[in-house]
Amino acid sequence: MSTTDTAEAPGTSRAPRRRRGGKGSGQRQSVAGWLFVTPVLVVLGLFLVIPIFMALWVSFTNWNGRGSPFSSQVNLVGAQNYTALLTQEGLSRQDFMISLRNTFYYVIGVVPLQTILAISLAVIVNQKFLKGRSFFRTSFYFPSVVSSVAISLVFLYLFTGTGAVNQFLGIFGIDGPTWFSDPRGLIHMIGGGIGLWSTDAPPDFLANTQIMNLSLWEWLSGPSVAMSAIMLQVIWTTAGTFMLMFIAALQDLPTEVEEAATVDGANAWQRFRNVTVPHLRPTILLVITLGVIGTWQVFDQMYVMTQGGPAKTTLTPAYLSYTAAFRQQQWGQGAAMAFLLFILIFVLTSFQRFVLRDKDDAKQKKAERKQRRAAKKKVTA
Amino acid sequence: MTRTTRTATLSIALTGALLLTACGGGGGFEEDSGSTAPASASGPVDLKMLIASSGDAETNAVKAAADAWAKESGNTVTVTVASDMNQQLAQGFASGSPADVFYMDAGRFADYAKNGSLFAYADQLKDNNDFYESLRQAFTYEGKQYCAPKDFSTLALQINTDAWSKAGLTDADIPTTWDDLASVAKKLTTAKQAGLGLGLGIDRVGAFVVQNGGWWLNEDGTKATAATPEVEEALKYVQDNVKAGTFKFANQLDSGWGGEAFGTQKAAMTIEGNWIKGAVKNDYPKLKYTTVELPEGPKGKGTLQFTQCWGVASDSKAQAQAIDLVEALTSVEQQMAFADAFGVMPSRQSAADQYKAKFPEDAPFIAGGDYGHGPVNAPGMEQVVGDLNSKLEGFGNANLPQVLEGFDTNAGAVLTQ
Repeated sequence: MSTTDTAEAPGTSRAPRRRRGGKGSGQRQSVAGWLFVTPVLVVLGLFLVIPIFMALWVSFTNWNGRGSPFSSQVNLVGAQNYTALLTQEGLSRQDFMISLRNTFYYVIGVVPLQTILAISLAVIVNQKFLKGRSFFRTSFYFPSVVSSVAISLVFLYLFTGTGAVNQFLGIFGIDGPTWFSDPRGLIHMIGGGIGLWSTDAPPDFLANTQIMNLSLWEWLSGPSVAMSAIMLQVIWTTAGTFMLMFIAALQDLPTEVEEAATVDGANAWQRFRNVTVPHLRPTILLVITLGVIGTWQVFDQMYVMTQGGPAKTTLTPAYLSYTAAFRQQQWGQGAAMAFLLFILIFVLTSFQRFVLRDKDDAKQKKAERKQRRAAKKKVTA
Repeated sequence: MTRTTRTATLSIALTGALLLTACGGGGGFEEDSGSTAPASASGPVDLKMLIASSGDAETNAVKAAADAWAKESGNTVTVTVASDMNQQLAQGFASGSPADVFYMDAGRFADYAKNGSLFAYADQLKDNNDFYESLRQAFTYEGKQYCAPKDFSTLALQINTDAWSKAGLTDADIPTTWDDLASVAKKLTTAKQAGLGLGLGIDRVGAFVVQNGGWWLNEDGTKATAATPEVEEALKYVQDNVKAGTFKFANQLDSGWGGEAFGTQKAAMTIEGNWIKGAVKNDYPKLKYTTVELPEGPKGKGTLQFTQCWGVASDSKAQAQAIDLVEALTSVEQQMAFADAFGVMPSRQSAADQYKAKFPEDAPFIAGGDYGHGPVNAPGMEQVVGDLNSKLEGFGNANLPQVLEGFDTNAGAVLTQ
């Protein structure tokens, strides 16, 4: 990322000078500009753009992993890899749907919690009277710096049946589950706990209504206990990074505004609710966007800890794509999954940006546009 | 920030292999019809070997064997230990210049045989019939044996001798039938200990299926046969005992596999392969146990075999030399050397007596060479088997007929492709 910034810098600083200089010097400078940008373009093109298009090609072929996917032996199969995942009754669609269900619950669990935790930590760390602020800042940020693989291994031990977590729960007389081998869904368990249904004999209309290979009962399972343990880990590790973004935004908030609110008689909660949060709005949008993108792509934890188990409840599209390609030699289907995931993330992120857009700003822009159009009409008339 | 670029990273991983190919221009695509003559490079060649090693002992032993061959034949061999075998194999095959010789697991073999990555050389080996019949079968795709079995392991019954005598059992009680097994498991079951601890998945309960004369697929791997009385009865037997609380699966015992449940004494017996020797020695050195053959089922003896072969790539430029190397690696002396170094069992029948003489405690394992069954080895079955395993995770409550029919449907869709 930083290379892009430095490479673009000459281009941007050049603009005002070009106006002053002659045409010749402007051309020379633009050549120089392109020269500076070339390395980045080559690297990005070679390792990002071209591979993405190659993967797109593979997703429409029956390439089996041997030799070049562009050789004459490889046949185009149209959208077959996509239809196998979306419209054809079969194992591929079943697994893909399971992975979407799992990740859906994962995203709705992780994104709000990590955002709230990050805001809370940032507000705490940003308190002026807090002693040892930099210590807390560092320690909150620390999990984000450690390799997710290392953390996953530690969690694997913490969450065994006789691990530290269960021993801690044991103090309160709670008999903890064997976390990573427990496929029971949380919503199933909660529903069973409050007597809504019996998990052994689910209501017929839920168990017998099939939508895309899964029964309604299976769709409604909620995250499994194993998935919840992973969610806890991810919330803990990512909150630190997002906390930094919130701290940066909080430091932009002028103290005068808060003081003015205090003078107006606002209490701490009102200040937070009506001054801090509106100020953080763009950052919240950013954090949620990054969170949604990152959580839908979750892969490391499944690769290291669960391999999709128990009972496929931690299968995610990214991990499924990996196994389809590297283990089952169904490269086309693996690539197709990656692109479906991309489309899903793209749509969700756009939708979420639309929902969380600054409504006043949008209104103002709309009004401006109207005014301009009216002015134009007047001129032409 | 790595989180946001994860899909990008994944697609790079997926396509990194492709990129290499685009630059390399792809490899040759000679179709293998019957037994093709091996490609033979002239002059001394540098063979690349890719192995998935269990540790330093194995790596060093394989390296020493390869070096010995290299010295004698005037070639060189570069041994690479894979950190992720599937991924590195896939990258090699995609680039058109894979490793010449590599480990190939029986469970994965058919996928690679189907897409033409493997060179079928077994009929060019001098003593091919000396390998166990079932092992050769494990590496046969569409009637053709592709590669030479490297070594193998089988399942046998491990018994905790302290728990055994505490329950008042003697040598005469060692189970030889399913009924025996159920009754000793019952006697061995205490509040803290299950009678028999089993690893998850069909790689363990499949042994009972073999003992009942059943299998997941038919003999030539073209049709799914899970929804048959043989398979269902076998699983029913296990399920009844699970319901009775005398058999328990590893996940019910907070263990990763049968050996862990056995080592931590949460199970008095377990069914595992010869790898359990090393695990017990390292992790539970005080445990006293003995290994016996699995009890006979209604249709006689049966166990499962796990094996790997020495794969040779069809894109290799020096197949003749590679086959020569495999000959050296699968000789009786060399297999015995490997057995010494890292405890694998020789895949040649002529080595069985030597092995039994040297490791008498392993007799129950090597006996399985005669009556064991290899893994499911039809192409495209990994996903189907994975699905079956996930549905059998809650074994005690699994609706067996429904699960087995589901397997047949899924497998049928894959096998007719």
